[in-house]
Amino acid sequence: MTTEIIRHPARPSPWRNPAIRGIAFQVLFVAAVVALGAFLVHNTLINLRRQNIASGFGFLDREAAFGIGESLIPYSPADTYARAFLVGLLNTLYVAALGIVLATILGTVMGIARLSRNWLISKLAQVYVETFRNIPLLLQLFFWWGLLRETAPAPRQAWQPLPDVFVSNRGIAFPVPAPDPAYGWMVLAFCVGLVGAIGIFRWARQRQTRTGEQFPTGWVGLGLILGLPLAVFFVSGAPLTLDRPELKGFNFAGGHAVSPEFAALLLGLVIYTGTFIAEIVRAGILAVSWGQSEAAMALGLKPGHRMRLIVLPQALRVIVPPMTSQYLSLTKNSSLAVAIGYPDLVSVANTTINQTGQAVEGIAMIMAVYLTISLIISALMNLYNRSVALVER
Amino acid sequence: MTMKRRLGALLAVGLLLGFGATAQAGATLDKVKQNGQISCGVPTGIAGFAAPDSQGHWAGFDIDICRALSAAVFGSADKLKYVPLTAQQRFTALQSGEVDILSNNTTYTLQRDTALGLNFAPVVFYDGQGFMVAKKLGVKSAKELNGATVCVQPGTTTELNLADYFRANKMEFKPVVIEKRDENLNAFFSGRCDVFTSDASALNADRLSQAPNPDDYVILPERISKEPLAPVVRQGDEEWDDIVRWVVYALIEAEEKGITQKNVDDMLKSDDPNVKRMLGVTPGMGKALGLDEKWAYNAVKLVGNYGEIFDRTLGKDTELKFDRGLNNLWTKGGLLYAMPIR
Repeated sequence: MTTEIIRHPARPSPWRNPAIRGIAFQVLFVAAVVALGAFLVHNTLINLRRQNIASGFGFLDREAAFGIGESLIPYSPADTYARAFLVGLLNTLYVAALGIVLATILGTVMGIARLSRNWLISKLAQVYVETFRNIPLLLQLFFWWGLLRETAPAPRQAWQPLPDVFVSNRGIAFPVPAPDPAYGWMVLAFCVGLVGAIGIFRWARQRQTRTGEQFPTGWVGLGLILGLPLAVFFVSGAPLTLDRPELKGFNFAGGHAVSPEFAALLLGLVIYTGTFIAEIVRAGILAVSWGQSEAAMALGLKPGHRMRLIVLPQALRVIVPPMTSQYLSLTKNSSLAVAIGYPDLVSVANTTINQTGQAVEGIAMIMAVYLTISLIISALMNLYNRSVALVER
Repeated sequence: MTMKRRLGALLAVGLLLGFGATAQAGATLDKVKQNGQISCGVPTGIAGFAAPDSQGHWAGFDIDICRALSAAVFGSADKLKYVPLTAQQRFTALQSGEVDILSNNTTYTLQRDTALGLNFAPVVFYDGQGFMVAKKLGVKSAKELNGATVCVQPGTTTELNLADYFRANKMEFKPVVIEKRDENLNAFFSGRCDVFTSDASALNADRLSQAPNPDDYVILPERISKEPLAPVVRQGDEEWDDIVRWVVYALIEAEEKGITQKNVDDMLKSDDPNVKRMLGVTPGMGKALGLDEKWAYNAVKLVGNYGEIFDRTLGKDTELKFDRGLNNLWTKGGLLYAMPIR
């Protein structure tokens, strides 16, 4: 009897195995979440049907029939809701992309300025950060919008700070070069220059590791990137006809115009987010211990090299992750545009929801879009973060 | 405000997701009686239609429609909770059960009646869309507005009519779309837009009550659409729908029969069988609606007949001095025609 027990030990029930138990609980949990989701969707459909509210995404193919003030692509009220939605999405992406670039520049400058040994510069940067970081963004948007609207004159009395540039309460109208085939080639030349510069950069780095000889990559790269398009420009006969804005009836026609709503939104987003970026940059630089700079100086590195080769790579490790959050919040904050009438995604979707009555679909689409944009930004930043992260050997 | 509104929309969607508002027959009346008040969705502020007075009490034409309903249901005109709603918020608020009735300058359209799961009570105000411009522009007709920048509220029929009108006349325009009516008007008066467009009556009210100097602005002669404004209820609760419908008819019928706030007590002694039925002297009508037999008596006694409401809020007794125009009894050349209360 006893020998038998020793030979075939009673197998513990699988329930006592932590690994199996863990999997079982996880499966149960996922099942519960899925069931809850299914219940919510099912219940919504039933409720919508009971209240006789239309559902489904069929409305996207219908004619939108409302106007949109600003659009990057051709749009008229005869287009579909889907296209109106796309117009809103592009407007959101446009202001978010510009905002991210400008906020990064402003924030970096301010962050470095705050570390300056010059008392005035560092205090000015501090006042900027503390002021704009602590006022709600919505108020700032109303402030900039009101300022642009109230102080600028009517179109017929527009200010003209430069020839053909008009500032009025309809926005800023300025001339743009009229379309010419040469511009397409210039863009191509720019791309070629960019690729060439990257190639030279890699070649120079390899050569330096191999032989220790340096190569002026910066100047040659800049020459390629700017020189090639300029060369194309002059070779094609320097076609520079300007499309000038002109007062026609109520407003300026021709050229390009930036509306007060867009300007206020961009200004608000850049100035507000810039404060946070300034603090992140300052923290990043301070996180690199002074000993690193001293060591670099002891090696005889020039100040520029010291910053570029020693301080910045280490600072970026600290800077990039919180920067991702700022980019995400800037993008999401751009939805405050509805308050001041810039036709962003939320504004267009709100109108769509109201005209079709399909709130569930509309809000689901808004959420899906913001989620997608945020995940893409996050993925790109993570990719970049990996390239600057500490590589352990 | 924006956050609050968005929260509201999300909440409404949440409600639909989770439990959904009940919309079976009788539910609204039961709920209203249980709460002891009617939740009434009104505009965020249009002089004459719905605006808080100097003491913070809501007053106006839209408000009096709700007060008449409260009088008919409760025998008191003040059992009301006013919920100010922008054009974008209003339908979600009604669908989700946040309000029991919209008295919100809402245009009666097929799309809203069907796809939104709503029902319209009889039209209480016949309006038409107009354009307001600054006098100094020298514009005399809407046909001269090609290229204009137009301030308009989102989620309204106004927004759609505007696009239709410019399309039909092969003209271009740039909309500036701001949700809050006040912000929108500010933008217009500060010169951001050449034109502000809305229902002509509301436009006139805005001009008189909000413009820095009303004489600097004119309303162009064109009426580019029909805007029949009616109270709205949820589809599916026929009992509540009937109550709202017949309270509106009773207000119109009272004017036609010459029953006023002052003489309604004397009218109880009237020999006219129609008047006796309506005022509950001959019982039956109240029971049919599920209300007290004094429903119409209370509405007229506490709030007044249609003509009195109009004169008090929009018409000759106010600074707005609106003409009755289409909003007169059918016997006087208008469109108001109550169905027989019998």
